[in-house]
Amino acid sequence: MKEYWKHNLKYLVFLLTIWFLVSFGAGIIFVTQLNEVKIAGFKLGFWFAQQGAIYTFVILIIVYIRLMNKLDQKFGFHEDDNF
Amino acid sequence: MTIQIWTWIIVGITFSLYIGIAIWSKVGSTKDFYVAGSGVSPLANGLATAADWMSAASFISMAGIISFEGYDGSVYLMGWTGGYVLLALLLAPYLRKFGKFTVPDFIGDRYYSNTARSVAVFCALLVSFTYVAGQMQGVGIVFSRFLEVDILTGVIIGMVIVLFYAVLGGMKGITYTQVAQYCVLIFAFMVPAIFISIQMTGHFIPQLGFGSTDENGIYLLDKLDDLHKDLGFSAYTKGNKSMLDVFCITAALMVGTAGLPHVIVRFFTVKKVADARKSAGWALLFIAILYTTAPAISVFSRANLIETVSNKKYVDMPDWFKKWEATGLITFTDKNQDQVIQYVASRELNELEVNRDIMVLANPEIANLPNWVIALVAAGGLAAALSTAAGLLLVISSSVAHDLIKRMINPKISEKGELISARVAAVVAVCVAGYFGVNPPGFVAAVVALAFGLAAASFFPAIILGIFYKKMNKQGAISGMIVGILLMLFYITKFKFGWWLGGNQECWWLGVSPEGFGSVAMIANFIVSIIVSKFTPDPPKEVQKIVENIRIPSGAGAAHNH
Repeated sequence: MKEYWKHNLKYLVFLLTIWFLVSFGAGIIFVTQLNEVKIAGFKLGFWFAQQGAIYTFVILIIVYIRLMNKLDQKFGFHEDDNF
Repeated sequence: MTIQIWTWIIVGITFSLYIGIAIWSKVGSTKDFYVAGSGVSPLANGLATAADWMSAASFISMAGIISFEGYDGSVYLMGWTGGYVLLALLLAPYLRKFGKFTVPDFIGDRYYSNTARSVAVFCALLVSFTYVAGQMQGVGIVFSRFLEVDILTGVIIGMVIVLFYAVLGGMKGITYTQVAQYCVLIFAFMVPAIFISIQMTGHFIPQLGFGSTDENGIYLLDKLDDLHKDLGFSAYTKGNKSMLDVFCITAALMVGTAGLPHVIVRFFTVKKVADARKSAGWALLFIAILYTTAPAISVFSRANLIETVSNKKYVDMPDWFKKWEATGLITFTDKNQDQVIQYVASRELNELEVNRDIMVLANPEIANLPNWVIALVAAGGLAAALSTAAGLLLVISSSVAHDLIKRMINPKISEKGELISARVAAVVAVCVAGYFGVNPPGFVAAVVALAFGLAAASFFPAIILGIFYKKMNKQGAISGMIVGILLMLFYITKFKFGWWLGGNQECWWLGVSPEGFGSVAMIANFIVSIIVSKFTPDPPKEVQKIVENIRIPSGAGAAHNH
């Protein structure tokens, strides 16, 4: 149980760090610097603020779901059902 | 066929669909009424959460706001999606495991205190009422513009529809109508976006389109930056707000999103903890489709608008311009009497005022899209407003019937009695919401900031600490919530209503706007909670056991049936 919770917290810290970096980091704090880089018509900082952060959020949740399902299985907290 | 006939047809079809679902999903128990019997599949719950979350503001207003604010508008894009990461990782799985019906339920039980429960009920009602008024107003705008009925009739039609499926079907009815409403609203949002993207850039994916070039080979965003510079506006990709303010607003919106009771309650409707996580993933995916398209629409419509009106003769304005002018949402005052429209940043010289809310609604007309597309947008706006209104009404009715009556005033009330009071509460709430929809208080914009700020300053810290800090006790949580709420109310009333000596932008603390102050109030809540809890007794053993229990995902089904 303790072990399970520790793993969970580790995942949370890891995923929330990325969450912070793509939104508050790339989209806000470093937006001016990143805007110097241009990909197609997008300034990179602007792109992160209006597109990139959102895509990353979706990926983060998907990764979290996978990690936790595996963890549940490992510790026997997994619940079988009809999906 | 005219736009109006198309609109009646499409709105008629979608409304009959909602009513059909309501009749099919009629409920008989409080568990069905509050949480759809906890039997919703993760995919359906994801769709429903997306519709529940995306309101008239997301559908009608957001792209328009971004269109006028450029980079500054990013706060809404990141704020209203990033909150789902917090929800999925920090709240939804544990609250589902806890397995009750409402957010005040969790606060009241976790902090073993009816005072905590009452504070939570107060916040839930305040947040939900401020929010629902805005939805009804959105319904009124769509009806009055597209169907040419007056706002009162529009709001009443909307009220009757929502009442029908919320009162009859409770959460179950709401869930499945929201699934249908998501499909309607996303289709209505994407079709014009794709059309316009192809028209302007040749790309059929709007997310790529707004980063590509127009027919002259100039990048759209560069062109917009230049147009803005010529007219005296700040560059589209730069914005005006200070970095700290952008940071605080984004944080407040994220945390507020994660603390909104009508969103949290959706995760009570699935079977087990793993499903709660999964539905958060689905929900954000469905939301992201609209949220990544919106900034593209903003760019297209901004460029279109400037090119259509700037330095053009007033007499040459297209049909849509005159139509929206008639509603008062576009106004032109020819200050220098030259019959030409000067649209510039300078207040003295500018002759054109365009309401932000019309950008999405007028966009298909500006781009000359076929009439059925325009009608579709009207139906989409209604779906967005009604789905959110229904979710909020359910929070109001369950807060009153379950948290107030069943848990505090009359615990002996029968299942049947509770169900009746839930339905009566829903009816009363619809009428209040309808009244505010017809007579919108002048401070709607201010109260939306307040709703997010309050959710951020009250619920979020209390729930997070309740899950992740076993030693958090009732004294800490209650004092934290009260400090958070009071700070938030003080700041909003001071700078939005001018109470407590008022003050202008220069007086903002550290330059943080009232919209962003929720994050400051939230931090204050966390600090006060932790300090107070250090000096007061630990929570009882049983409560600490509950916390240990909600951290383990298995067994949620059983927990629910007690």
